[in-house]
Amino acid sequence: MPYITGGLEGWQAAIEAAADAGADAVEVGIPFSDPVIDGPTVQEAGDRALGAGATPASILSAAAALDVGVPLVVMTYYNIAHHMGHERFARSLATAGISGAILADLPLEESGPWAAAADEAGVETVLLAAPTASDERLEAICGRARGFVYAVGLLGVTGERAALAASALIISGRLKAITDLPVLVGVGVSTPDQAAEATTVADGVVVGSAVVRRLLEGEGPEGVGSFVADLRRALDESRS
Amino acid sequence: MGMSDPTPEGRFGDFGGCYVPETLVPACQELDRAFRAAWADAPFRRRLDDLLRDYAGRPSPLTDCPRLSDELGLRLLLKREDLNHTGSHKINNVLGQALLAERMGKTRLVAETGAGQHGVATATAAALLGMECAVYMGEVDVSRQELNVFRMRLLGAEVHAVTTGSRTLKDAINEALRDWVATVAQTHYCLGSVMGPHPYPWMVREFHRVIGSESNRQCAELLGGDPDVVVACVGGGSNAAGIFSGFADGDAELVGVEPAGGAAVGRGAPGVVHGSLSYLMQDEFGQVLEAESISAGLDYPGVGPEHAHLARTGRARYENVTDGEVLAAFELLSRTEGIIPALEPAHGLAWISRERRALAGRTVLLNLSGRGDKDVDLVMGLQA
Repeated sequence: MPYITGGLEGWQAAIEAAADAGADAVEVGIPFSDPVIDGPTVQEAGDRALGAGATPASILSAAAALDVGVPLVVMTYYNIAHHMGHERFARSLATAGISGAILADLPLEESGPWAAAADEAGVETVLLAAPTASDERLEAICGRARGFVYAVGLLGVTGERAALAASALIISGRLKAITDLPVLVGVGVSTPDQAAEATTVADGVVVGSAVVRRLLEGEGPEGVGSFVADLRRALDESRS
Repeated sequence: MGMSDPTPEGRFGDFGGCYVPETLVPACQELDRAFRAAWADAPFRRRLDDLLRDYAGRPSPLTDCPRLSDELGLRLLLKREDLNHTGSHKINNVLGQALLAERMGKTRLVAETGAGQHGVATATAAALLGMECAVYMGEVDVSRQELNVFRMRLLGAEVHAVTTGSRTLKDAINEALRDWVATVAQTHYCLGSVMGPHPYPWMVREFHRVIGSESNRQCAELLGGDPDVVVACVGGGSNAAGIFSGFADGDAELVGVEPAGGAAVGRGAPGVVHGSLSYLMQDEFGQVLEAESISAGLDYPGVGPEHAHLARTGRARYENVTDGEVLAAFELLSRTEGIIPALEPAHGLAWISRERRALAGRTVLLNLSGRGDKDVDLVMGLQA
């Protein structure tokens, strides 16, 4: 599942290219002014998108016009949903054809009102699970997660890393042992080889900064498409 | 209706909570447990009290201001947090958190800073306890508070200039949080105000409660009771929370003074950033606005959740003043009392000076939260 910042130049075509190249789903970022779990690449993409006038409404209405044949999942920060109002934000996601939502700074304990509104609107509340959690906490997270569980691969912000962290496999394994939901691991998964390694345990990967960097560097939707095709090939080969 | 403890979930009325990335939730829960245990532990309290007395120089005096009182037509009292070691109230909280971090087995402190006062205080505590220290400071603030940057480095801290966003306090907090996400096992985030995720707003207030307790006792001795009005500047709101806590159960009016360019209570709406639900300056889509104030320490678009609660319940009220009024107050106190205030508490005095007619004949206690040495250069530049 590639991550693409909504509102960044060429983002819609990039989502189409990613889907055509074999992405199972696409994560669409709605940029926020204070993205505390994002590293420099995604921060830069968000700043550019906001600078170009992107708003939650403009991104969702553009997403609604996409017909890519794979699920779209939104990733943003809680204040965007809080400010619009839980019910209204959930309905606007559903109307735009978005299947799920990840709110990066809304942990389990605070997620009740949002998750209820999302359930009501038919939007899946995807929860993050991090290496710092106890076994009991992971159980509770898996119990409330909808759609899939997003395993945080390392202690740190989003961004490319030279190697896959050992923690990515460990957290994926801990989650696989307790849930039937798909486990997707993200944060620090940057290359086809790392993706293949991660899926020896996890069901899938989220690749963000490595995709967004290609857009920032002007490779355009074609660059995203060919990178996603490489990821697809690596995953298929490692499973065959 | 005073300032009671938050709910176990960290709520002050409708505000507060713990809105952090999942990675940090266990750390916040661990901190909550550790703080509760330490705060109930007599040896820990004694060690902190000893440091506050022997190292920081507490109790800080309460100073009557006859000349300025005459000029304003009221009785002005100053709680002299400017006389603490490191030059502001920030040391109270930092000593508490550093001792707590040590007790939790952490070996590294990370902090954000605006004016540099909290950064200097954190670097000081780290030096005192032999801990590593990293301070994040917006690039704008690094250049307007050069002297404090040098102080922090002298004290052995790493200072990182933050070049994202507005390059001020808000972005320094983002960067400190990013550091903490990556280093949480060995690092304690020494947050500098009554904001952020639970337990910070409550814990930081408790570490600053000493300001209110001393003031209450000193006012009882000097006045035979509470003052009529208690005034403090508010960015995140730590010095205000500290002094308000000594009077919230009485009848004194409580007034928080925000900068006009960073008036979260005055101009904000409820929102979530940096871990808690509180009043927040934001645009129509929920993007956080950049504050703009002459005072780096108050240059923040949010406010601590307990202040949001005090504002909503009416127990305290929040006013704001312009940079021009602040500069006039900075000079006024210097000229009439021989005390050069930091620009932050000069906000409080600016409000008192503007409202002097309404306050005529009343006794007003101002928390003089810091001294102005760090601001002299900036003000000199403005006058040139």
